[in-house]
Order: sequence, then structure tokens, then C-alpha cells
Amino acid sequence: MKGVRTVSFENGFKGWRNAARVLLAHKIEPSDLEWQERGKGHSSALLWGNEEIDWPAMAGSSPQLVLNVSRRWLEMAEAVSYHRNPEKWQLLYNLIWRLTYENPKLMDLSIDDQVQAFLSMEHGVRRDAHKAKAFVRFRKIESEEGDIYCAWHEPENPLLRYVAPFFKDRFSVMKWTILTPDESVHWDLKSLHWGPGCAQGQGPQNDSLEELWGCYYKSIFNPARVKIKAMKAEMPRKYWHTMPETRLIEELIFESDQRVEAMIRAAPPSAEAYLPESEDLVSLKTALPGCRACELCAKATQGVFGMGHPNAKLMLVGEQPGEVEDQTGLPFQGPAGQILDEALAEASIDRDTIYLTNAVKAYKHRIEGKRRIHEKPSPREVGTCKAWLKSELKAVRPEVVVCLGLTAALAVLGQSVRLMDVKNKVLEVGDNWKVIVTHHPAHILRIQDPDEKDLAREELETALKLARSLAGMTRNIT
Amino acid sequence: MDIKEKLAILADAAKYDASCASSGSKRPGEKGRLGNTQGTGICHSYTPDGRCISLLKILLTNFCIFDCSYCINRISSDVKRAKFSVDDVVWLTIEFYKRNYIEGLFLSSGVIRSPDHTMEEMIAIAKKLRTEHKFGGYIHLKAVAGASEELVQKAGLWADRLSANIELPKQTDLDQLAPAKTHVQIETAMSSIQEKIVENRADKKTMKKVPLYAPGGQSTQMIVGATPSSDLDILATSSRLYDDYGLKRVYYSAFSPIPKGDPRLPLKQAPLVREHRLYQADWLLRFYGFSYQELLDPASPQLDLQLDPKTSWAVNHRAFFPVDVNKAPREHLLRIPGFGVRTVDKIIKTRTQRSLTLADLSKLKVSIDKARYFITTADHNSSVTLLDDEHLRARLKKTKIIQPTLFELMGVSDGGG
Repeated sequence: MKGVRTVSFENGFKGWRNAARVLLAHKIEPSDLEWQERGKGHSSALLWGNEEIDWPAMAGSSPQLVLNVSRRWLEMAEAVSYHRNPEKWQLLYNLIWRLTYENPKLMDLSIDDQVQAFLSMEHGVRRDAHKAKAFVRFRKIESEEGDIYCAWHEPENPLLRYVAPFFKDRFSVMKWTILTPDESVHWDLKSLHWGPGCAQGQGPQNDSLEELWGCYYKSIFNPARVKIKAMKAEMPRKYWHTMPETRLIEELIFESDQRVEAMIRAAPPSAEAYLPESEDLVSLKTALPGCRACELCAKATQGVFGMGHPNAKLMLVGEQPGEVEDQTGLPFQGPAGQILDEALAEASIDRDTIYLTNAVKAYKHRIEGKRRIHEKPSPREVGTCKAWLKSELKAVRPEVVVCLGLTAALAVLGQSVRLMDVKNKVLEVGDNWKVIVTHHPAHILRIQDPDEKDLAREELETALKLARSLAGMTRNIT
Repeated sequence: MDIKEKLAILADAAKYDASCASSGSKRPGEKGRLGNTQGTGICHSYTPDGRCISLLKILLTNFCIFDCSYCINRISSDVKRAKFSVDDVVWLTIEFYKRNYIEGLFLSSGVIRSPDHTMEEMIAIAKKLRTEHKFGGYIHLKAVAGASEELVQKAGLWADRLSANIELPKQTDLDQLAPAKTHVQIETAMSSIQEKIVENRADKKTMKKVPLYAPGGQSTQMIVGATPSSDLDILATSSRLYDDYGLKRVYYSAFSPIPKGDPRLPLKQAPLVREHRLYQADWLLRFYGFSYQELLDPASPQLDLQLDPKTSWAVNHRAFFPVDVNKAPREHLLRIPGFGVRTVDKIIKTRTQRSLTLADLSKLKVSIDKARYFITTADHNSSVTLLDDEHLRARLKKTKIIQPTLFELMGVSDGGG
């Protein structure tokens, strides 16, 4: 019996294939061979002084052999051939031997140890190649012959030749170079040129674009959901040193708690904290001037609290005080108040029997020259002020609430609605009170078209009449 | 305002969109063209929130005429506003792409002037990239809510993927938080994109040279936990969208509190594990032959946060088990807790040659601790007493299982999530 012989070959996977084909045809068993790629590290089990097998000489006398492996298997085997582990050649020969002479369906048996080793090496290389395509970072070098984009990358396996075609396909219109510890490659717009490997320091050290890239990386990160493990699973630490954005990671994680906290602190404020202990109407009204939940009261002449019957069955909620209300401190006193009074009269409702208030308690405005111009309160401001309205509702306990305008509806219903969707409808909010939404009198005031104006006025009156009957109020006889 | 400042504002405003996938489109490199797409996406980086960066994901502008509560860009929010010019976006995309930072561009926008005006400007960017810069990388355009059908369809000529966000699971949710938007309007956009995609595919069969039309298909996103809608509501909507519009993906995004949020929104982050469970359930719908009605019903409309949806289903359907790993058909194997699609396919190939044992399953990386209650193998019979144990659910919850990460579930090659 012959001892173990060494198969010497070069040119990577291609060389292995040529040798394997000859040896397989001659039925040389895997256990009789040691595979050795010239110029590469020795296989750990290599026995010194083995006789070399002269396979090129045997090629001429090869018996007929039909190789029974799929194209897919060859593709996978090629991937395996880029693995750093030198045992790969032995493994590939073992498998092709068994596929040819033992079990053509061996690859289906994924629980076989050699099949598993093959699949795991193939997976490792494919993943490493995928990461190379993802994590290579070019830096631009400007030169007289045009820009060159140069990257230094350190893959786990020596697979530059495996991934270079990808970069050639993608970046064919620019000159680029990729340096790795094992090898380097340059694309000059025509062909790929191969060179030796080099250390990290030999690549370009920066690129002005990296500041913008870092800015993007920082801004796209959501500090409210930190999942460091998930990040590291997909972007293992070993790749970080060649990726400029990873320098920001530590800082981003460190700041994330503070950023979330700040976000919660910047959460919309509420007037809740300024409510008095006893929530009766008198105490509430007395406490209102002390509210600093937002700046609107401070900027206005005064906060305007609700007024009317303390046990009214019907409550009307407007948007916010206007110029006149701001001065007098009472709701619905100005031109809009007049429109409302007319509508109330038409609906036979006595103002003294109902309760009137606003969603926002202060006059929000901007100043133009000497004039103060009304500004619609934002949903945020409505939310902030809502605690006052809630307390009024609790104290008065009306049967029916009429929202004059959509701001009032937002405060009472807790959602924004469109008038066309809710007009002429009675909305039930829990089992507390019935809600009707209609026009704000100030809105009616601003309508230019006389027909539209009349229509809106009628609708307001209808809403009030409906509210009156729902509240079970008797007609006001004047 | 310089470009860095704009980038900071408009990337920050875009980060609440979960989708970043660059998959589904094949555009091979061509002479004179910069870039390609390969079908499987590439994630070029990851941020500490565990999400990938595949595309330059930005808004054209965060000015907006709408007031959708869940959105940081709503008109009533007092965030800093900015707007990119067409050339800003084109320049950033090309420069980032040339350094291999990204696969391409994902452009969305607040609505300025009108939906049509905004859509037109977005299309102009995509067109400029494709024609003037011969850009062959990935482009994902968001269909602006309310833009005309004609414009949305035109966008597909330049984009690899189009998406219209359904935003919230139910119309009533939209009514509450985004009164200006309707599901009907959003779904009209989806259906007109779908129509064009189908038409384009048909053309390809009969004609030789047909321009690409949104080869990466369309996707959508749903925000989870901003409203009380249940997982049942969410999966019912997803299931309908997959069926009706042939969507590639529905993304679920756990509601995340936004700075200066609207007072109607919850202040707390929705649990990320809920988002994770929804993705798992979504996978069961698409690849494991489950229907959403099997997973949830009105009596128990929420997914179990402590147990993955398949195991939860198994515990509730013990009569279905044990399943004989060596004999059962594929669709039964897929229902075994701890068995993934790839594992099942390997089992089916292997068992034509050999009967599988528990040790073999372990080699295939099946988590035996979880699966053992539900299977029969050559050397193991699930004990009926174990399967009937009233504490089975609790026992399974305690089982330490190495859960695959979301990214493993989604496949590395998807290029994002």
C-alpha cells in the first residue's frame, strides 16, 4: 500500500478542479491524498516528506469520468475555496469523491458531518463576501488623471477575487482600488489589476464626505429604541475599524437615554398641576390666573374662565377668548358673542340658564403694528389647557355639550373631526353627555357670501334647538 | 441653511419610516452607468437601534400642510423646518453612492403646496438621477397621499419601489389621528400602482423592449401602538393588503414617541416585542400557510408577548400534535414550533435517505427544548402527558430559546427592515 501523497496545485479553485478531476478519474481515495496549494500556508496535518503525486502527467491517461455534480454545487464549492481554513481542499475532494462513487444525493443529507462542514464554510464565505460588498468604504483621492476611490477593507477570508466582479459591475464608471491584508485590486475603467496586500495605514486617511455621512448616521438613529445586540449581530465589531460611522456609536448610545428623557420632558405640558384642590367653579376660577402651563395667559390680558348657570343642563364650548373677552374677562362678549346671542334667542334659550366657556382660556394672538390679530390655538395648546375644561365639565355636569367649532370639538371629543362628518349628529361620549358640533359664531362672522352666511347661521340655530330639546329644557318665554 | 443642517433635519424627520429595503429589483450594471441592483438588497451599515442603513432615507421637505398627529412633521408641530433642492438630493445620492455608503435613495416628503406639486418634484429628482447621472442604483419613492393617479403611476417609471403608507390599521384610527387621510385614498394609490405593475408584466411577455416599472414592487407601513387597535385588526388589514394589492411587504413600526408630540398620543414607546411578534405572525401568514383567523380571534385579539405566535397556536391546538417528523407532509412540519422553512426543506430531503432522530434535529439547529412536546422522531415519542400538561404554556415560556433576531427571520439578503 502506498503512503499518503501530496497533491500540489496552484491557481485556487480552478487548479483544484483540474487536479481533482484527474485524481477522481484514477480513483485515488481521499485518505491517500494531502492537498497543498502552492505559495499558501501548510495544511495542519501535512506530513513532511510525502511523495508528490504528479497528477498533470496522469491527465493524459485518465479513464472516462462523468462528473456527477450540479452547477450549483460547483458554485458553492467555489465559495468554500475562498475560506481561510486550508482543510477546505481536502473537504472538497472528500465530498466530490462521495458524490461520485458513494451517494449522488449526498448533499440532501444535511445532517452528514462533511456536508455540514461544507455548508457552514460556504455560508461563512458568502456572509463575509456580503459584508465586504456592504462595508467597503471608499475615500476619494483627487488627482490629475481624475478621481480615484480607494478603500481599505479587512475581510475574514481572502476573498477579494470573489467580490471584485461585483465592484466592477457596480462602479465601472469610476476608478477604484480596494486594499486588503491579503491582496489588492485596482480598476482603471478597462480592467482589473492585482497587487499585493498591505497594512491599513497605506490607504487614504480621510474624505470630506465622511462628515456628512456621519451626520446622516447620527440623524437616522432613533434613540427611543436602542437594540445594540441586533446591531452587533449584523455589523460585527471586527469590521468596525474600517467604517468611519462606527466612531459615533459609543457617543450615540451614551446620549440616547438623555435624548429620550429630554423628549419626555419636552412632552406636552398640562394644566393639571395648576388645578386647585377643590374643583368647584369658584375655586377653579380663582386658580386660573396662577396657571403657567403655557405662555398664552401671560401674553394675554387675563385668562378668561367660563360663566353661567353652575348646574346648567346645556354647556357651550367655544375656541378661545377674543379681543373683547380678553379685556372684559368674560366669554362671548364681542361680535361673535352677539351672533351667538341672536342664535340663542332664535332657539329660545336664555343665556342665564346655560354655561358658556372656551376650549383654551387665553387669547392667542400675534401683534401686527398696533393691532392684535387672532391666532388659532394649536392642538398642543388645546391639550395643555384641557384640564380646565374637564374640571368645568365635572363641576357643571351638563346633559348636552355644544361644541362651537372644531377646536372645541377637539377638546371635548379628544379627536379632530371634520364638520361635514359630524354636522347634525348627536355624538355620545361615554355615558356622560351628548355632544353636538356646529359652527363657531366667529366663523359665521367671517363668511363673505351672504347665502352661505345665512345657511351657517341657520345651522347654528338648528344645533342649538336640538341641544335644547335633548337637554330637556323648556322653551324660554320672553 | 447649509446642506449638513438640512440633512440633519430631513434625515431625522425620515427615521420613523421603518422600511429601508433595497431588494426585489434587478438592474445589472451597464456600460456608462453608475450602479446596479442585484435583486437581494445590501445593508451598508447599522445604527444602535438595530435598524439597517441600506438607502439614503430622507424627506424632500418636512414642511407639511397636513396635521396628522402621529407624524413629527404635522403642521402644528414646532420642529425646525427645511427643504432640499432637487440638486441637493441628487448630489448627496451620487456622492454617498460612490463611496459605497448606500444602495440608493428612499425619498419621501411632507406635502408642500399640494400633493401633486410635491410628487412632481420627487419624480424630477428620480428622473434626473436616472437620465442625467445614469444612476442604476435603487430608488424608492413614497407615493404622496392625495397625489393624482397619473403622477403616482409616472413615478414607477423611474423608481424601483413605490410605497403608500396605510399608516394606521383602521379607518377609525385615521379619523382620530389623521382626519385628512382615508384608507380609501391610500388604497386607491396602491391599486393604481398594482395595476401598472401587472400591466407592465403582461407587456414583458408580449413585447421585447419594455421599460422597467417599479421592479421592486410596493410596500407599506403601519404604526403599531399609537391607537388601541388590536393585533387582530392589524393582521386583518395586512392580510387584505397582501391579497388585494400584491404588496411585497408590510412594515410594522412600534409607535415611538416623537419630540414635541401631540397631546393625544401616548408618551411611551410601544413595546418593541409587540412589533417583533407582528413580524413573526406576518411571516406565518406569508410562508407557513397560516391565516390570521387561526392566530387570533375577537375573543383573544392580541398576540402573546411572551410566546411566539406559532408556539402559542400549537399550545391551543394540541390535538394537531404530535407530528411525525419522518412522515408528515410539509405543511404539517411547518406548523411545528421551532421548525423554520429552511429546516423543514432540509428534513424533507434528508428523510428520503434516513430516518431522523432527535440528535439529527439538533444538528439542523432545531430548538429541541421547544419542539420536543410536539414531535415524534425515530427515537422519540412526545409523551402524551407532557403534551396534555396544563402547565405547558408556562413551561414553554420558561424555555430558554435562542430566538433568531428579526434580521435572521427576515433573511440577511433582504437588505433591510
